Amino acid sequence: MTELPTATDRKLGLVIDLDTCVGCHACVISCKGWNTENYGAPLSDTDPYGADPSGTFLNRVHSYEVQPEDGAAQLVHFPKSCLHCDNAPCVTVCPTGASYKRVEDGIVLVNESDCIGCGLCAWACPYGAREMDAVEKVMKKCTLCVDRIYNENLPEEDREPVCVRTCPAGARHFGDLGDPDSEVSQLVAARGGMDLMPEQGTAPVNKYLPPRPRDQLDQVDVLAPYLEPVAQEPRGFLGWLDRALDQMPGGKE
Amino acid sequence: MNQPKLDTSPKVSDEVRRTTCYMCACRCGINVHMKDGKVAYIEGNRDHPVNRGVLCAKGSAGIMQVNAPSRLRAPLKRVGPRGSGEFEEISWDEALEMATGWLKPLRDNAPEKLAFFTGRDQSQSFTGWWAQQFGTPNFAAHGGFCSVNMAAAGIYTMGGAFWEFGQPDWDHTKLFILFGVAEDHDSNPIKMGIGKIKARGARVVGVNPIRTGYNAVADDWLGITPGTDGLLILSLVHELLKAGKIDLDYLARYTNAPVLMNSDPRSDEYGLFLRDEQGRELVIDRGTGQPTPFDQPGVRPDLAGTHRHAGVTHRPVFHLLAERYLDERYAPEAVAEETGIKPQKIRALAHEIARVAFDEAVTLDREWTDFRGETHKTMTGRPVSFHAMRGISAHSNGFQTARALHVLQILIGAVETPGGMRFKPPYPKPATAHPKPHCGVTPGAPLDGPHLGYVQGPDDLCLKDDGTAARIDKAYTWENPMSAHGLMHMVISNAHAGDPYKIDTLFMYMANVSWNSSMNTGGVMKMLTDTDENGDYVIPHLIYSDAYSSEMVAYADLVLPDTTYLERHDCISLLDRPICEADAAADAIRWPVVAPDRDVRGFQSALLDLGARMGLPGMVDDDGAPKYADYADYIVNHERKPGIGPLAGWRTGGDGRGAPNPDQMQRYIDNGGFWVGHIPEDAAYYKPWNAAYQDWAVELGLYDSPQPYLFQLYVEPLRRFQLAAEGHGDRQPPDHLREQIKTTLDPLPIWYPPFEDGHADPVEYPVHALTQRPMAMYHSWGTQNAWLRQLHGVNPLYLPTKLWQAHGFEDGDWAQVSSVHGTITVPVAHMAALNENTVWTWNAIGKRKGAWALDENAPEARKGFLLNHLIHELLPARGDGMRWSNSDPVTGQAAWFDLRVKIEKVPAPDQAQPAYPPIKSPVGQGPETLAWKVGK
Repeated sequence: MTELPTATDRKLGLVIDLDTCVGCHACVISCKGWNTENYGAPLSDTDPYGADPSGTFLNRVHSYEVQPEDGAAQLVHFPKSCLHCDNAPCVTVCPTGASYKRVEDGIVLVNESDCIGCGLCAWACPYGAREMDAVEKVMKKCTLCVDRIYNENLPEEDREPVCVRTCPAGARHFGDLGDPDSEVSQLVAARGGMDLMPEQGTAPVNKYLPPRPRDQLDQVDVLAPYLEPVAQEPRGFLGWLDRALDQMPGGKE
Repeated sequence: MNQPKLDTSPKVSDEVRRTTCYMCACRCGINVHMKDGKVAYIEGNRDHPVNRGVLCAKGSAGIMQVNAPSRLRAPLKRVGPRGSGEFEEISWDEALEMATGWLKPLRDNAPEKLAFFTGRDQSQSFTGWWAQQFGTPNFAAHGGFCSVNMAAAGIYTMGGAFWEFGQPDWDHTKLFILFGVAEDHDSNPIKMGIGKIKARGARVVGVNPIRTGYNAVADDWLGITPGTDGLLILSLVHELLKAGKIDLDYLARYTNAPVLMNSDPRSDEYGLFLRDEQGRELVIDRGTGQPTPFDQPGVRPDLAGTHRHAGVTHRPVFHLLAERYLDERYAPEAVAEETGIKPQKIRALAHEIARVAFDEAVTLDREWTDFRGETHKTMTGRPVSFHAMRGISAHSNGFQTARALHVLQILIGAVETPGGMRFKPPYPKPATAHPKPHCGVTPGAPLDGPHLGYVQGPDDLCLKDDGTAARIDKAYTWENPMSAHGLMHMVISNAHAGDPYKIDTLFMYMANVSWNSSMNTGGVMKMLTDTDENGDYVIPHLIYSDAYSSEMVAYADLVLPDTTYLERHDCISLLDRPICEADAAADAIRWPVVAPDRDVRGFQSALLDLGARMGLPGMVDDDGAPKYADYADYIVNHERKPGIGPLAGWRTGGDGRGAPNPDQMQRYIDNGGFWVGHIPEDAAYYKPWNAAYQDWAVELGLYDSPQPYLFQLYVEPLRRFQLAAEGHGDRQPPDHLREQIKTTLDPLPIWYPPFEDGHADPVEYPVHALTQRPMAMYHSWGTQNAWLRQLHGVNPLYLPTKLWQAHGFEDGDWAQVSSVHGTITVPVAHMAALNENTVWTWNAIGKRKGAWALDENAPEARKGFLLNHLIHELLPARGDGMRWSNSDPVTGQAAWFDLRVKIEKVPAPDQAQPAYPPIKSPVGQGPETLAWKVGK
């Protein structure tokens, strides 16, 4: 069993805006690309051109339909990766100490050289955020791009997770959620950011911004201030037109 | 705590090579990270004007395209029957000699017997030039089955449309209204724009039968009945007009609303404009009350006054427009049933448009001077913006629907003003500034001009002396007079039928027409393999170029293998389909960031070689030697006219105009693969009328002289075709088309039901069926990509709750889906966020067994399916002996989305139907596992 730190210096994580995510999977594939080439073993794919292709992904987008009692159904795109929980059950369950939560920034990582591929952590994670690599037989998970965010070989503006850098709609944000003044904390406060499955007691660092209310045009009262006609028939309209033209700059009035 | 020590600053790459993406048609800038000479990682280029650093799933998966097992390896000569996939590899010299042997005699005797169509080509200004030098009239790319309705409606109405033509003013717009499926074009910029406006709390409204993608994040969703968008738009116009919520000042100054029009039904010129001796449209000057040229300094055009001239009453266009759209047939109550949108919702949307446009107007403190010489202290705009692409285009009423949308934008003054829609150079460019189409064939000589263009009336049609079509696709005929992008979807059907004539060689590039890029897929396969009484193929020769082992490869006699996008030179040219932004002109290149490891050549280089072998003008020197070593040489040194070449940046003497610069390609590479020329601030809006913009455009070489013009609410060329159909003029349509022309070529936007509604009994076929592309896939390409096919490996037919329950479907069930034309059997799934009479599926996920280097048991080949089998390129026969194409009657755009079907629950078959036998893969199959780390 592995211990969690009692506290971390910072709480780095993601804020994902479900109001804006269009479900394009850009984050999924940029993550696959970066993490295949970088941290630890490459993310493999078995039967990639065959009947049952299956690969390791550290981030996936799921889509759910929501059917309000009154009104049109809605579709919500829901990207999901490791939430870097404060009470990470995947760490405490690890028999070798391979899974750990970093003291300095709270990132949950797997030290692949100590991972025996037992899979207990994946069972313990209530979010299904860990994936066993079928070729390398080690546990893979989101690293919050720990090999980017401090990387002095990258321009400063690129020192953020690839999923954030690539997101076309700007639906992903990265920062210190332990600092109430950070931009991400401010965003969470302003938009009512939420924990995923708080009842699990995992205290996730990542937050989700809920979709704004939809279909407000339906809420307009039947007697609402619809557009007031200037005339009821074409002749009256041309009369209005003449008067309106006279009121324009350079007109008669 | 005992944490392991981590290297948090590992080396990222040896080198970054910056080029242009080609995982779809968006053309984003990419940084290709190299390790040990191999592609290690691809990310977006932050400096690039299109994507500003972001990149979609397709772009990030480019590394899996460059290693795809489906890549062709060498030129192929067919050795088995067509369609079998049996080939032998041959040398490039043998391949090009074979092609020359087929094509040279055609050029010398009958150039029109070559049909050259180039699919999703990004080099149309080059391939079109090649076809013109060859001399065939039969050239086009894929616009005719994509979005020509949007493009042509935009050009004729206002000198541009969306995507490559223009974009919402993302920085100022406060209400963004999106019609129809649009995820497939301009994809990153629109996602960035939606993100931007949502971040500042502006609203997005989606009008679409399907609530996915951008519609899923829309604040409001109107789940409209397919094919009725035009009716909804005209109802919004009705509401806005009736309330006087239109921009009268804008209409008077910048549109043809005040232009005087012959209003005498007995006149030969009924519906045409009143002009002065110099051909300038006349308006009534509100100052003098006299007819005055529209562009005269000081004129105050009147929208109200009429004028009697030579015994004929002339009324301003605005009169006609007001009369038409104030009619109660466009009232929300009158259109509610047809559109499926409640009247109060239409009213609420009209109110919201008016409120934002007029109560929240945006004013920029920028002085500018208009084409009449008047200086304005500020720029005021209506911050309502729109976008639409294929969704509303791909109907047989798509041209008029796109026109209606453009007219709506103009009526509220939201085009080229702050917060509205903005053009991107070289647009705005009105129809009159474009070339007209050319079809003059002379054996052994070039065509008499560019193939594609914008007709102004019957005189410009591409007809032979006997009145038959000059082009194999029958573009620019009475069937579809304004077919500005050609009709690629009719080429094989017409060539097979010998209607209007037989051809010898079909030459295609990047067009998977034996599968997902064709209507009537099974029929096309038959036509391509059909033989005549002598046992010869009806279409005698077929040359195809592709980079990958697509379904179409199997049907070629000769295959010219193209490179992947990271192995080639390309230019994204201002002469072609540019990547400009509203604030800047821009163009770009591709360059070989890795060398091909196969015996393949960039198609354009191969085409230049082929042209030189035939001695085509412009491709050989005076002594007959090849003029260009390859496409890169052409890109740098070709001049379309003196000083104007494929690339605008870093010419000798400056940008835009100037002699070729031998260092130009290197300058592009050094700059990240692109060039940007910024528009001055005072020229950034009101471009069609802004003197500073017009001067800037002339200096850059976009125009040869300033071209200010009026937006065409009323499109006079349409009226000229109607006049012909009414019996006026020498060039007359055949009688069977007169009614169609009179009805559908209305010079003011109209709505009529999609044509299929008149052929497929709406009671028997009550359900609308649509397709759309996933944002992570591009046509058929995504499936060969090991990462992307894991996102979208199957494509159920999605059914709305009403149909799901009515048929008693459950998860895992299959349905038989039938149209007038055919039947398919496919897996179904339930989706609630859907128009209740609409079903849909993802496009081009289904694959033919043996193609794309996939296992024959791949889900794409067993459960995946195409809706294409249900759609025919012709409408069902009417018994009149005519072949009526399933196309828009104005432009000829393929009416993919008119499809009506019926659905039955059936027992699950062992695979989706129809199932075709496997084709032999010319490249084998991919590996069993991938762990693609190229660095150490």
